Amino acid sequence: MSATMTDSNHGMESQLDYTSQYVSFWVDGQLLGMPVNMVQEVLSEQVIWPTPLARAEITGLLNLRGQIVTAVSLRKRLGLPDLKEGNSMNVVTRMGEESFSLLVDEVGDVINVSGRSMEPVPRTLDPHWRSVTVGVFQLEEGLFVILDVGTILNFD
Amino acid sequence: MDDILQEFLAESWENLGQLDSEIVELEKDPKNAELIASIFRTIHTIKGTCGFLGLTNLGAVAHSAENVLGKMREGILDVSPGAISLVLEAIDQIKELLQGLEATGEEPKVDHSSLTSMLDELADYATKQAAEAKAQPAPVVEQAPAEVSSGSQQAQSIASEQQPLKEDVDISEAPRLESEAESTGLAVSAGVSDGEAIAAKSSKVSVADLSIRVNVHVVDSLMNMVGELVLTRNQLLQLARGDEESKYAAPIAHLNRVTTDLQEGVMKTRMQPIGNAWNKLPRLVRDLSQVTTKHIELVMTGAETELDRTVLDAIKDPLTHMVRNSADHGIELPEVRKASGKPESGTIHLNAYHEGGHVIIEIQDDGAGISRDKVLKKAISQGLIKEADAANVTDSHIFSMIFQAGFSTAETVSSISGRGVGMDVVRTQIEKIGGTVDLSSKIGKGTMVRIKIPLTLAIVSALVLESGGQPFAIPQLGVVELVRLTTEDRKKIETIHNKEVFRLRDRLLPLVHLNEVLELEEKPLADDDVHDTNIVVVQVGEDQFGLIVSRIFDTEEIVVKPVGRLLKNIGLYQGTTILGDGSVVMILDVAGIFNKCGNSPHTQTMAEETAQGTSRDTISMLLFGAGEDVVMAVPLSLVARLEEFPQNHIEHNGGRKVVQYRDNLLPLLSIEGAGYGNSEPIDPQPVIVFSDNSRSMGLMVNEIKDIIDEQLVIRMQSDRPGVLGTAIIGKNAVDVIDTQYYVTRSMPNWFEKVEDKRAMRALVIDSSMFFRQLVATALETEGFSVVTCDSCISAVDLLERDSKFHAVITDLDFPMMNGFEFCEWLREQKNTKDIYSIALTSSHSPADRSRANEAGFDEFLVKFNSQELISSLDGCFDRMKQNAGVNV
Repeated sequence: MSATMTDSNHGMESQLDYTSQYVSFWVDGQLLGMPVNMVQEVLSEQVIWPTPLARAEITGLLNLRGQIVTAVSLRKRLGLPDLKEGNSMNVVTRMGEESFSLLVDEVGDVINVSGRSMEPVPRTLDPHWRSVTVGVFQLEEGLFVILDVGTILNFD
Repeated sequence: MDDILQEFLAESWENLGQLDSEIVELEKDPKNAELIASIFRTIHTIKGTCGFLGLTNLGAVAHSAENVLGKMREGILDVSPGAISLVLEAIDQIKELLQGLEATGEEPKVDHSSLTSMLDELADYATKQAAEAKAQPAPVVEQAPAEVSSGSQQAQSIASEQQPLKEDVDISEAPRLESEAESTGLAVSAGVSDGEAIAAKSSKVSVADLSIRVNVHVVDSLMNMVGELVLTRNQLLQLARGDEESKYAAPIAHLNRVTTDLQEGVMKTRMQPIGNAWNKLPRLVRDLSQVTTKHIELVMTGAETELDRTVLDAIKDPLTHMVRNSADHGIELPEVRKASGKPESGTIHLNAYHEGGHVIIEIQDDGAGISRDKVLKKAISQGLIKEADAANVTDSHIFSMIFQAGFSTAETVSSISGRGVGMDVVRTQIEKIGGTVDLSSKIGKGTMVRIKIPLTLAIVSALVLESGGQPFAIPQLGVVELVRLTTEDRKKIETIHNKEVFRLRDRLLPLVHLNEVLELEEKPLADDDVHDTNIVVVQVGEDQFGLIVSRIFDTEEIVVKPVGRLLKNIGLYQGTTILGDGSVVMILDVAGIFNKCGNSPHTQTMAEETAQGTSRDTISMLLFGAGEDVVMAVPLSLVARLEEFPQNHIEHNGGRKVVQYRDNLLPLLSIEGAGYGNSEPIDPQPVIVFSDNSRSMGLMVNEIKDIIDEQLVIRMQSDRPGVLGTAIIGKNAVDVIDTQYYVTRSMPNWFEKVEDKRAMRALVIDSSMFFRQLVATALETEGFSVVTCDSCISAVDLLERDSKFHAVITDLDFPMMNGFEFCEWLREQKNTKDIYSIALTSSHSPADRSRANEAGFDEFLVKFNSQELISSLDGCFDRMKQNAGVNV
């Protein structure tokens, strides 16, 4: 299952408009996204070296061409059960001087949302979810929830 | 910001860095023409560029300073301390302007006219003097108005006086003087341009022509890339290992060589002489010697010793701090030095050299030195060293206490140092970069601090090991040795209350299972190693301990990468790295592990208390079994030692049990009372030893159970002999024994030796009943009469009825009326104002100490050293006998 590019035949102008493009990924059946310009790269499953005594959300460290990246389980961070079978994929993002990898179930397409407006997340949503999301887009395929990556990677 | 401006700032900072030390040097060697020329050039360059960039303020200050320096260079103005101070002032203002410029990109609008006019006056005065000295005085000068000569006198006074005169000069007069001076100053201009020509000529081919300026970030990123290359090289080497025939073998070997050379080369670009970190020190010492009126000479050797710039940056502040300490506390006043037969002028000697892969920096002064006994006393009063251990502690251990937080033996707190903060920061900073610091001192001879730091931080040699099925790295720097125990040897690991220790060459080495610290399951190993126990002996400050790991691999050169933001707070890792096989491993922080294992509970609680700024009254209690299922407790601070004696060593002497112990007979007693004691002798017999001066006794118990930190509150008083009361310790009701009872019983003649001091009445005020009891018993044993109160309010009540006390011993922290207020009250009353007052508190804070002083306390003691308190009361008693003629 993967989300389709909503506006694949749109002109060059909107293609270059990165602010309306989001990388989509699936976590526990939910379609989530983050701005495309925040994503450094997307990787398939990687060897992750454990970090004893770290918080449960931190899966460990991975070696990305000599660069050390902290891997954060998005499932754990969102309070979801662990992935039963299959492998996690990595969405690598840079924050400050460091790189982090968000572990997701599956990475989808880049979704262009130009012409649509982001709506606030419903007030009834679980407070923890509300604190780590910025808004939601209504797509034909379903709802597309945009994450607040800064908050996701801030554990305090 | 503008590129040109950036360049200008970078260059100016670099030049100014040298300037401070050059000027101080000049003061000592006023005739050094080369120095003057160099200083002149620096200021001249700044002035020149200012004009180019349109920085008028900066230009004006630089111009005036240059004028004065020009006169010095021409030899028509003497290099006097006053003139030097003025030039230094100008340099300070230039620095301020540059800082403002750096921060905002614009020149700060500050009025410097008073300084510039003073500098100008000085220059004019010099010119005038020079002109007068000429055979044929220029007519212009002869016609100089009277105002100028008065100005010149002022300038002359500037030139001769010591302190900066900024405030002393009447600024309103300045502009007038300046304009007058201009009319007379025409003759001077030729001299200045002359000077410029000389400056240009003497620069010749300078070092600057052979070097380029490179942004630090460029060098840092180069270093990072070399780090990556080293890792890749390591990976390739690992792949090629064992396959000598491979066609890749030769190129890989070549790559290996080139990479090593490249690594060394890039490291070299980051190397800077340590002298760069010393630049500011001559100025600092000069200023300090003026403030303290001491004569201090700063000698620096080995300034060319190179080390990595990150290391250099990290040691700058600690170095400054320690030199400041030496100047302020180390070096004595000239009179004092003379009296003790030393030269009036003290010396601080800075020395640096390479040793192994390290840089050693020594800071040595020939000052008063630090009293070992004073430090020891202080350490005991702060509870850092147990009094019982005092005789066995090494000097280096005692001096290491100076680096504890909140520790200062300075009697006076000055604006410069002595507040007991700083040395702990020094140690923390040096340890952070993997260095160590030692202090040694001889009273009357001086003090030497020795810092050992690694050459570089980026690439270190580390031991790679495995624990819980996972690889980890430990920097070689902290590893002392490796011990491998075979299955038979394993028996040599012994336990004390579930804590494993190993006797390594007669020294007890505490052992820690690394996997337990990291909360990892130890996986059984497949190979033969499974039967062996590997111990990595590591050093943390003065302590050594052994880490038990499942496997030890090899040492590897690793590139240290910082710990990620999300892992920082764990406190057990000092970095991460990638090994040759591409695996990511954590670099362990042995100090963090040591702390986590609670091997230094004392330092930890101390640190916590300081951090929270509070003083919780927790007391370490020793729990022991005193019969079938009976647990009793005794405050650990009263216990001298724990021993075990084989039954056949215990002798019977006149119906009493004794044992030969440390060349003396130690009387042994068992716990008294119904149901206590044991019918069958235990072999070996556990004994708790109590000591008081030279007298010791042993209490035979069934077993030593535990040590617990508790807020001790005695819930129930006891009328049973030998029991102080019942306390709740660890949720159980436990009898607390009265040590004084047993001590007196073991020594029937105890009281006979004690002078009858009952005439002396002491009032003890403390909210903790246990503590009141403790103090009261200690004092009563010494023969004083004691009355206790649980608050200052009730003490006031009591004193209003009965004021015939000779001493008051009080805690400081009470509700309603605290100890300070109480003491003030005491001092205000006619009847009580002469009572000797002692503050007895668990606070170490200098603020409390000074406040106690202000409130009128005669003494400030830290809880709880009974000897200290008793000797203080004895002094009071002696005075009382003399003054009042009390007949005892």
